[in-house]
Amino acid sequence: MGLETEFGISAPGEPGASAVVLSGRVVAAYAQPAPGSGPVRRGRRPTRWDYADEAPLRDARGFELDRARAHASQLTDVPPDVAAEVRPSAGLHVAEELEEAGLANTVLTNGARLYVDHAHPEYSGPEVTTPRDAVLWDLAGDEVAREAMRRVSASPGLGELVLYKNNTDGKGASYGTHENYLVPRSVPFRDLVRALVPFFVSRQVVAGAGRVGRGQTGEQTGFQLSQRADFFETEVGLETTLKRPLVNTRDEPHATAELWRRLHVIVGDANLSPVATLLKTGTTSLVLAMVEAGEMPDLSVEQPVAAVRAVSHDPSLQHLLTLRTGERLTAVQLQWRHLEAARAFVARRQGDAVDPDTAEVLDRWEQVLTDLEADPLRCADRLDWVAKLRLLEGFRRREDLSWDAARLHLIDIQYADLRPERGLHARLVGRGAVETLHTPAEVAHAVTTPPEDTRAWFRGECVRRYGDAVAAASWDSVVLDVPGRTSLQRVPVLEPLRGTRAAVGALLDRCGTAADLVAALTGGRPAS
Amino acid sequence: MAGQEQRRHERREVETDEVVEPVPPAPAAGAATTSASDSEVDDLLDEIDDVLEANAETFVRSFVQKGGE
Repeated sequence: MGLETEFGISAPGEPGASAVVLSGRVVAAYAQPAPGSGPVRRGRRPTRWDYADEAPLRDARGFELDRARAHASQLTDVPPDVAAEVRPSAGLHVAEELEEAGLANTVLTNGARLYVDHAHPEYSGPEVTTPRDAVLWDLAGDEVAREAMRRVSASPGLGELVLYKNNTDGKGASYGTHENYLVPRSVPFRDLVRALVPFFVSRQVVAGAGRVGRGQTGEQTGFQLSQRADFFETEVGLETTLKRPLVNTRDEPHATAELWRRLHVIVGDANLSPVATLLKTGTTSLVLAMVEAGEMPDLSVEQPVAAVRAVSHDPSLQHLLTLRTGERLTAVQLQWRHLEAARAFVARRQGDAVDPDTAEVLDRWEQVLTDLEADPLRCADRLDWVAKLRLLEGFRRREDLSWDAARLHLIDIQYADLRPERGLHARLVGRGAVETLHTPAEVAHAVTTPPEDTRAWFRGECVRRYGDAVAAASWDSVVLDVPGRTSLQRVPVLEPLRGTRAAVGALLDRCGTAADLVAALTGGRPAS
Repeated sequence: MAGQEQRRHERREVETDEVVEPVPPAPAAGAATTSASDSEVDDLLDEIDDVLEANAETFVRSFVQKGGE
């Protein structure tokens, strides 16, 4: 699995600045060597993205959307056309800067992709196999964002730039935090939909990041569990930027298509609390494992799109959902049903010898649901919406504020400010008020180092070892530019669980240069 | 806590004849906290107060993003 985060971005000193240009600065600043980090290698340039295998219009239900009918924002398989961004009055240099910014892309030594997606910098983390690793490389992305912020803000001529790990500006714009899960192609897509819809309706009580204001533009006052809930308009569909669906059907596996699909989950919030990320990815993985095995009970709810909002809009957690069976349950009780099914499933599979990752997710899930039922505030150290609500209620009480107070909206936004000194979540971490799962040293290591047990290792290590010779890369390829060969050499990496350290570590150790690697992979075929 | 009792009853689906007042949408912070954690919360709020942007109104108004995925 893997996590992607589009960061909110603002430059307080340049209120009219293009978000695309600002995002481009973030990527460019990080792609360049840090000042004082040693000699700059000659000609070092950011690694380009290899678009050859992108297919954003292919639908998991078995058809492909006509390109002409697609919205421009869906055409993510070609470098973005930024012409629409340019104001007619703007000079040529503005158009050029936008063009350059829109193309900004780099592949990091930890296997992640950092690029400009629409009008936001996006960190797409490397493929990982466990929820703990999902948390670790997600936190690494936060550190990448912090370092990029620092470099831009320290650049002569550029003003301060701030990144936010949230999903809405509260005025109608939303940007995503996506989860990707590898699922065997043999699993019928309708089974995934049936299982995931009720799961996503209720998952917010654990994974919501909290939001001040209700409705896409915040037209109603009050607090809600999720940043994203108000932006979903349909149950199943291909789009990600308009008419957003609870279950996204984009069928772009980035892997051997006959064997795998990549389930693209767009319904979630950006989490800052590590336990929330662990549970978000861990519980979803358990549900998917049950679907795969054909052992997921049917917990379908009536009118799921409306139910997502109703659950999000009720932080007292009392809203009653109606199941297709007629049964009425709260979202927390519906999560209990999922947990009970998962416990029974794991017991059938693993008996008493449950693997530690699964055991941790099950135990933490149970503890969080127990605490949510007893008193949600007990979860302030683990769940973002509770941590945020605790601050908001504190200020509401102390300053007698109503829910439309600007101070409360400010707290909502500043909770996700990634600057260590200004971000409210960061301050909570600093006080020891947030439970962490990794040490700062482990996170720092993950900023530069890929996970060892997926193809992200091959991608990240190629970038680290062969640098400039990596002309481009993608989730399922590394493209090498080696002397003596007139064409670029594309190495496909279609199997997500190959390219691991165990599988190719010795090979890379033997190959001092990209040319050696190409020679080894082609079995000494003569240069072409 | 009334809300807690109500939840328990619903979960076990017993005593359904017991009518409980609906709980207000946002639970009051501190309702279940002790005075010790109240002072901890005050300390926390003081620290947060120190780092909050000075002009909330202007800041919130100018925080405008473009849509994304």
